[in-house]
Amino acid sequence: MKVDQLSIFLENRAGRLAEVTKVLNDNAINIRALSLADTSDFGILRLIVDKFDLARAKLKEAGFTVGRTSVVAVEVDDTPGGLHRLLEMLGKQSVNVEYMYAFVAQSGKNAIIIFRFDRTDQAIEILTANGVTIIPGDKLYAM
Amino acid sequence: MIFDIKRETMPREELRELQLMRLQAQVDRVYATVPFYKKKFDELGVKPGDIKSLKDVSLLPFTEKQDLRNHYPFGMFAVPKENIVRLHASSGTTGKATVVGYTQRDIDTWAELMARAFMTAGATPKDTVHNAYGYGLFTGGLGAHYGAERLGATVAPVSGGATKRQAMLLRDFAADVICCTPSYALHLYEAALEIGIDIKELPLRIGIFGAEPWTEEMRREIEKKLDIKALDIYGLSEVMGPGVGIECIEAQSGLHMQEDHFLLEIIDPLSGEPLPAGSVGELVITTLTKEGIPLIRYRTRDLTSLNLQPCICGRTTARMSRIMGRSDDMLIIRGVNVFPSQIESILLETQGLTPHYLLIVDRQGSLDTLEVQVEVDEKLFSDEIKNLQRLERQIQKNIKEFLGVSASVKLVEPKGIARSEGKAKRIIDKRNG
Repeated sequence: MKVDQLSIFLENRAGRLAEVTKVLNDNAINIRALSLADTSDFGILRLIVDKFDLARAKLKEAGFTVGRTSVVAVEVDDTPGGLHRLLEMLGKQSVNVEYMYAFVAQSGKNAIIIFRFDRTDQAIEILTANGVTIIPGDKLYAM
Repeated sequence: MIFDIKRETMPREELRELQLMRLQAQVDRVYATVPFYKKKFDELGVKPGDIKSLKDVSLLPFTEKQDLRNHYPFGMFAVPKENIVRLHASSGTTGKATVVGYTQRDIDTWAELMARAFMTAGATPKDTVHNAYGYGLFTGGLGAHYGAERLGATVAPVSGGATKRQAMLLRDFAADVICCTPSYALHLYEAALEIGIDIKELPLRIGIFGAEPWTEEMRREIEKKLDIKALDIYGLSEVMGPGVGIECIEAQSGLHMQEDHFLLEIIDPLSGEPLPAGSVGELVITTLTKEGIPLIRYRTRDLTSLNLQPCICGRTTARMSRIMGRSDDMLIIRGVNVFPSQIESILLETQGLTPHYLLIVDRQGSLDTLEVQVEVDEKLFSDEIKNLQRLERQIQKNIKEFLGVSASVKLVEPKGIARSEGKAKRIIDKRNG
């Protein structure tokens, strides 16, 4: 049920992000979703790609510090309150969201939200018990 | 094992007699053959005959690195050029290079002392030595090379660079001993892992590391990662090259100095006065047997202390503590004395950090600023900003607490800090630029 996310440590300087996308481009790797967290000095680029292992190997080869994080991809109705209901059920059980980002799938009318929880397994249990659609890695990478 | 039982375990009284005899002969010779020393001696009103005991060495003038530069290239040589068989030179990053010349006997002595050093570090004639010190004008490569051959070991003269290839050779030749700078050892370890070689799994058992300052914490890290014994070696091209001193594998506690060839003093770097045994100060070396370019009271600028207690390995020679810093590398930041080695210790104690760092000193208005750049490796990396920021604050707090100086800490990508085919560059001081 979990999704592998690539995290890349980036110094905050011009052109550095483009060096990541160049590696991905050179290896025909497609980005499914991304978010960038930054401070004044450095940033963390979080990526979900179609070929995780290849992307990780190639980025390491190019000298980047790369990490693997397990995240959860959840389908949410693209209607008012969709996200709110979801957060409420997690909050009640004291599951904390470390960060999240969203994208809208090309075909569907649903939004997909990527969550990083402090307790991933418990979060998956709660979501499943409440009938929330969790998108497995395989499906997400191929979207 | 001890390479030269007679010399290395001499009773100290006997050693002192030998030193005095050699010192007197050396002083006679430089007075007669090196115009620089004749002039210096005459200015101070001291004659070679005034040296009646070892203490009298303090009557003699100091020699500074600048003196060698002023007499570039051959002005300090004590023998005619045709008797010189080898030249070496320092990198000369801060001015003109300093050039040294060796007679055949100097080369032989050096090989002998390096062979002693290898054995002190636990190497044997059966070993294979992977020599990754640079071959060339730098004394490291050839110094270690001749010593390993004299020992009877097998030398792989790999020199610097081509790190991944080095990892392969290290594995394929099944080296027992490696010689390089400590930062290069870690660099090589990382590069080896990238091509699937874990140095820990190789037969390598001894690392002889020198040519740059390092710390006890860095030793522990190298020993753990590579599963070897890491020994500190000391030397400087002006007095010979590597092999002036080395730690024994038995105690790993101070570097045994080859006192039958070098007379050592510890002085106050500011006043120049000799300090009592055990004090921390600047190491001053007088070469006792050198023919090509004998030096009287050479100021090394290295801060250390000497321990005359007998060692469990059986050697009677003085043991020099790890170099604590350079009397001219000391950074004064807002009036606080800071040695790069102190910052390194703090970084290593903050868990997960590789010892790759860069200190950038600058001045804003009239205020000195210190920025510490630290590389983030995969172990340390978190994909949550708050964890990385917590780390930055922790380092900042430790520096403030232990050194009493505020620093800004910046996390940078690994290998962003230039290193280390040779010496790691650890300081950029922009204040004088």
